[in-house]
Amino acid sequence: MTTTAGKKDIRVLIWLVAGIAIFPALVLNVPSFRHYVDIMVFVGIFSLVNIGLSLVMGYTGQVSLGQAAFFGLGAYVSGILTAKFGWSPWAAIPVGVVLTGMVAFVVGVPSLKLKGHYLAMATLGFGVILYVVFNEEVALTGGPSGLADIPGIAIGPWEIDTSLKYYYLVWAFVFAVLLFSINVIHSRVGRALRSIHGSEIAANAMGVPTSSYKTRIFVISAVYASLAGALYTHYMTFLSPSSFDLFWSIKFLMMVVVGGMSSIWGALLGTCLLTYLSNEWLHMFHDFDVLIYGLVLLLIIMFLPKGLVSLARKG
Amino acid sequence: MEGISFSSQLIQYAITGVTVGSIYALVAIGFNIIYNVTEIINFAQGEFVMLGGLFMVFFATVMQIPLLLAFFLTLTVVIAIGVMMERFAIFPAKNASVLTMIIITIACSILLKGAAMYGWGKDPFMLAPFSDRKAFVFVGAAVFPQSLWILGTTLIVVFLLTFFYKRTRFGRAMIASSDNPDAAQLMGIDVKTMVMVSFGLSAAVGAVAGIVITPISLMEYDRGALLGLKGFGAAVLGGLGHFYGAVLAGFMVGLMESFCAGLISSGYKDAAALVVLLLVLFLRPSGLFGSKEVMKMKEF
Repeated sequence: MTTTAGKKDIRVLIWLVAGIAIFPALVLNVPSFRHYVDIMVFVGIFSLVNIGLSLVMGYTGQVSLGQAAFFGLGAYVSGILTAKFGWSPWAAIPVGVVLTGMVAFVVGVPSLKLKGHYLAMATLGFGVILYVVFNEEVALTGGPSGLADIPGIAIGPWEIDTSLKYYYLVWAFVFAVLLFSINVIHSRVGRALRSIHGSEIAANAMGVPTSSYKTRIFVISAVYASLAGALYTHYMTFLSPSSFDLFWSIKFLMMVVVGGMSSIWGALLGTCLLTYLSNEWLHMFHDFDVLIYGLVLLLIIMFLPKGLVSLARKG
Repeated sequence: MEGISFSSQLIQYAITGVTVGSIYALVAIGFNIIYNVTEIINFAQGEFVMLGGLFMVFFATVMQIPLLLAFFLTLTVVIAIGVMMERFAIFPAKNASVLTMIIITIACSILLKGAAMYGWGKDPFMLAPFSDRKAFVFVGAAVFPQSLWILGTTLIVVFLLTFFYKRTRFGRAMIASSDNPDAAQLMGIDVKTMVMVSFGLSAAVGAVAGIVITPISLMEYDRGALLGLKGFGAAVLGGLGHFYGAVLAGFMVGLMESFCAGLISSGYKDAAALVVLLLVLFLRPSGLFGSKEVMKMKEF
């Protein structure tokens, strides 16, 4: 962590920690803003997914349209183990994370040999296959009617039973993941990843083991998504396959693109913006938010292909 | 299904498979038309099918316009949508990276899906079959006349496209543009127009698929993605860019799906086609009928 860019990222991280710490104190005193803490729980959860996606897309230049499947895998493994087999979440979450990582490795090794459109379609297809499995394995997942009675999380005797406590738990995970990711980006590995984005052939010629790096980052992104899924499970205490369908993969992609693909801060910004947009500001449009989503995505990618963070960089 | 012998059940699955397979074949052809000229995979291809079905319902059932006229009206509207998509979203981003192009076509598909939900709501729509409603019996299996319409339409589309590409000046110009855009440009072919036409043509083929399938399987706003994905599976299986490969692979995907639904589990039928898609992508991305040499030339 000797690069100046790395120091800058750490500085941003410290400011973010401070902001997240005082945010509840600001909104909880205003009754009409009180539920913003609940929304921030989701922002945190989705951020975990999108930080990983941003590593895959922004830094390595690969597309994954199956991120909702990893999110769902983490959610269902943790949900099933706790609700049906009485495990503690602290045992179930690591099992889900490790399992998802293994699945990602098995899918990633052949997939990442593919490029561009082929990779996009392969990950999309994988996502839909898992969605079908979530729907069909009724004995385990409860099928379309869902999986209920999932327990919440406790740290020792301390029950995480309010949105505020969950908010701090989720964001603690987000900061841990951010710190790790910043380290990855500014390490040798990060430079290798960016060289893959530039030109895979050149990177290979320079002796970068491109396929091994691509697979590793893909697995890391799946692990983040799985962790997010588990946190989602124990916050919602109910799961249904519709939270992990194709549209969710696309929503994650949108959050990263709108914020800015080439930076994890962009991923955070996009996640925050679109989560508030769909939970808060687009309610007046009811179901038709899909239309606005499509339009926003199209306009951003056409006129601001580096996302909203590029505005901040210019200024 | 008591009293029906196993062999006639198999025939039944085969008929269903060929019927649905025709649609996948049409979607796959739609992918190929655009891919050949631009090397773009249009993630909104399935949306053209959905729009074809829903506009047909609007013209034929709601407006009570005669079938044939409604058919051409639907085609016109969906072609216009395809051309507009090219003009307003694809053309302005002509030098974008593959990643950006993927996101642009995905954005278009969300937009079209959202617009369809706005216009038609979330309920599935019915369309009366083109001719007799009653099924007739063929070697112990029930065949709906609409299945014949679907099969016939697919064959006609394939014939017309072959004629267009091989025999007309315009079609040959399109092949030239896909083969080597720079050389085509030098020969006086307006490649930009060809790209626009390819979007219109592929929208038309998608719309035809939507129009003929709706009487059998109904149509709703969010059907596009899955149809598109399976159609892409067929396109890859047949070798991306190959028209006859696409048709054959379309039938194969349809048959696989239908036999999986009948013999294994109907719930997993959607997964069956996609598992095949993944296997083909992993093991032989050039497809069954494509050549590896061509694939290497078209590195992304």
